[in-house]
Amino acid sequence: MSLFARTALALALTFLYAPILVLVAYSFNASKLVTVWGGFSTRWYGVLFADGPLIASALVSLKVAALSAAIAGVLGTCAALALDRHGRFRGRGAYTGLLYAPMVMPEVITGLSLLLLFVGIGLDRGIATLVIAHATFATGFVAVVVGARLKGLDRSLEEAAADLGAGPARVFFGITLPLIAPSVVAGFLLAFTLSLDDLVIASFVSGPGATTLPMRIYSQVRLGVNPEINAASTLMIAAVGLVVLAASWLTGRKASAA
Amino acid sequence: MPDSAPPTASAPLLRLERVIKHFGAHRAVDAVSLDLAGGEFFCLLGPSGCGKSTLLRLVAGFEAPDSGTIRLGEADLTALPPHRRPVNMMFQSYALFPHMSVAANLAYGLKGLGLNRAQSAERVTDLLRLVRLEGFEGRRPGTLSGGQRQRVALARALARQPRLLLLDEPLGALDRALREETQAELRAIQRRLGTSFVVVTHDAEEAMALADRIGVMEGGRLVQVGPPRELYERPASRFVAGLLGDVNLIAGRLGPTEPGGVRSVETALGTLCASGAGEAGASVVVAIRPERMVIGGVSAGGLTGKLSEATFLGDRVRYRVAMADGTSLRASAALPGAGPAPSVGEAVTVTVPADAARVLPA
Repeated sequence: MSLFARTALALALTFLYAPILVLVAYSFNASKLVTVWGGFSTRWYGVLFADGPLIASALVSLKVAALSAAIAGVLGTCAALALDRHGRFRGRGAYTGLLYAPMVMPEVITGLSLLLLFVGIGLDRGIATLVIAHATFATGFVAVVVGARLKGLDRSLEEAAADLGAGPARVFFGITLPLIAPSVVAGFLLAFTLSLDDLVIASFVSGPGATTLPMRIYSQVRLGVNPEINAASTLMIAAVGLVVLAASWLTGRKASAA
Repeated sequence: MPDSAPPTASAPLLRLERVIKHFGAHRAVDAVSLDLAGGEFFCLLGPSGCGKSTLLRLVAGFEAPDSGTIRLGEADLTALPPHRRPVNMMFQSYALFPHMSVAANLAYGLKGLGLNRAQSAERVTDLLRLVRLEGFEGRRPGTLSGGQRQRVALARALARQPRLLLLDEPLGALDRALREETQAELRAIQRRLGTSFVVVTHDAEEAMALADRIGVMEGGRLVQVGPPRELYERPASRFVAGLLGDVNLIAGRLGPTEPGGVRSVETALGTLCASGAGEAGASVVVAIRPERMVIGGVSAGGLTGKLSEATFLGDRVRYRVAMADGTSLRASAALPGAGPAPSVGEAVTVTVPADAARVLPA
């Protein structure tokens, strides 16, 4: 690598990760003042785990993420199968566009439109509306991940199974699903992190008693940053990082196995 | 089309009747009718895009014909989905299930046949022995060589003991040395089991080595069906002549029928004697295989030309003779014995035996 490339890479990485590193470092700050280093300590992690409302919010976030990712995983896989397997049906292009649109739609608009829908049909805002909202916008992401895998799948594998006497259900559960499973899991993990990260849509569609972790952190930060929030954020970064690593390992592995 | 009868007189195993398949506006399979006898080894031969693979997929059920019927014995298969058809297929890509062991691949098709566990295991063992892969049952397809994968694919396609096996370019992915050996093996397995095989290939030599009968496809149509030798020696068109091997084509005008069925053809090179049908005065081509041309000294009579090229190929010599009208003819001969061999640049004559020249439509 040339000196220029090395410098550019270093600058880019600094730009991307310096704020995060500062945050992680200050989560181990002994001082109560956010901007003054008072020595290494894990006391804020202790404070964090004793903070009942914050823990409750974390549990809400995890529950919503798991449920919405499960729904998005199933719906997204179905959508990818429909797009990949049924050739050029009427309105295929429109359907593809509609599926991908929520990915580029401003979250404020997605959140607002979902809010209007929930109010319109009289659905009480809470965990359920959060799950539905997150599943809605994550489905497109799952469809993209699974669709890429399906595109690389040799169709003759399914034909061979049918040729050997397997009906459509046995072909799907015995051949197709095991072969695309890594991408389905990767899609699930992606949907999980998207849900865990989301603040904007959640602010619109959640109700009393369903405050997610990002919402809790945001509301506390507005009253002033404290090291406890740094600790909470550090744990969240670690969780999301692990999940993303797992997802990329899964997608990478299936590519080399195929 | 001279449709020669299948080798046995009994009712055909597979009968295709005027099968037509379009992809959009393109007619991929054009009114193909074909009878296949039980135990027959049949090759569908043609260049890529001629519809031979589509025809195979129609029989397997992966494509539905626009019209026509496909029967196997007494049963009409035309409307059946692939998993209900009593035929099996070996795929060009082998399509082995990568997430299953060799044994699980072989056993996949046994479900629903009413075999118990012991019978299934025994069938798998028999199949492994048939393709000489004993001891490989626990291996994953990804860990096998190309030749081994090919044999697993063959064994898996035979697991349900079909009366008809369809093979799409079964040797296409093998290297040359392995291919010849595998041809013989395929032929031996087919004879031993008595299963009818339909092999799709674009390789004429392979088709001739394997098949009882060859069906040549061109542009979706089945243009000629017959035993390899018949197709090679008496092709019905210049397309078939060129597909089966090297051939000289000389354009000319057909003369009247002479006693003995021999026809004279006026060509730019002179008058040739040939066999074949056609109206007197019609524009035709005369097809002659290079190995049937006889090259001799000037005194021998025949077409005169100048030897422009002589290539030593080990078991034979390939000649190219430049003719007076600017065309050139190809000839090949076994290595000359004691006699003087013609050398490049020399004037030679090329004689065409009448039984070696075929009259074909221009």
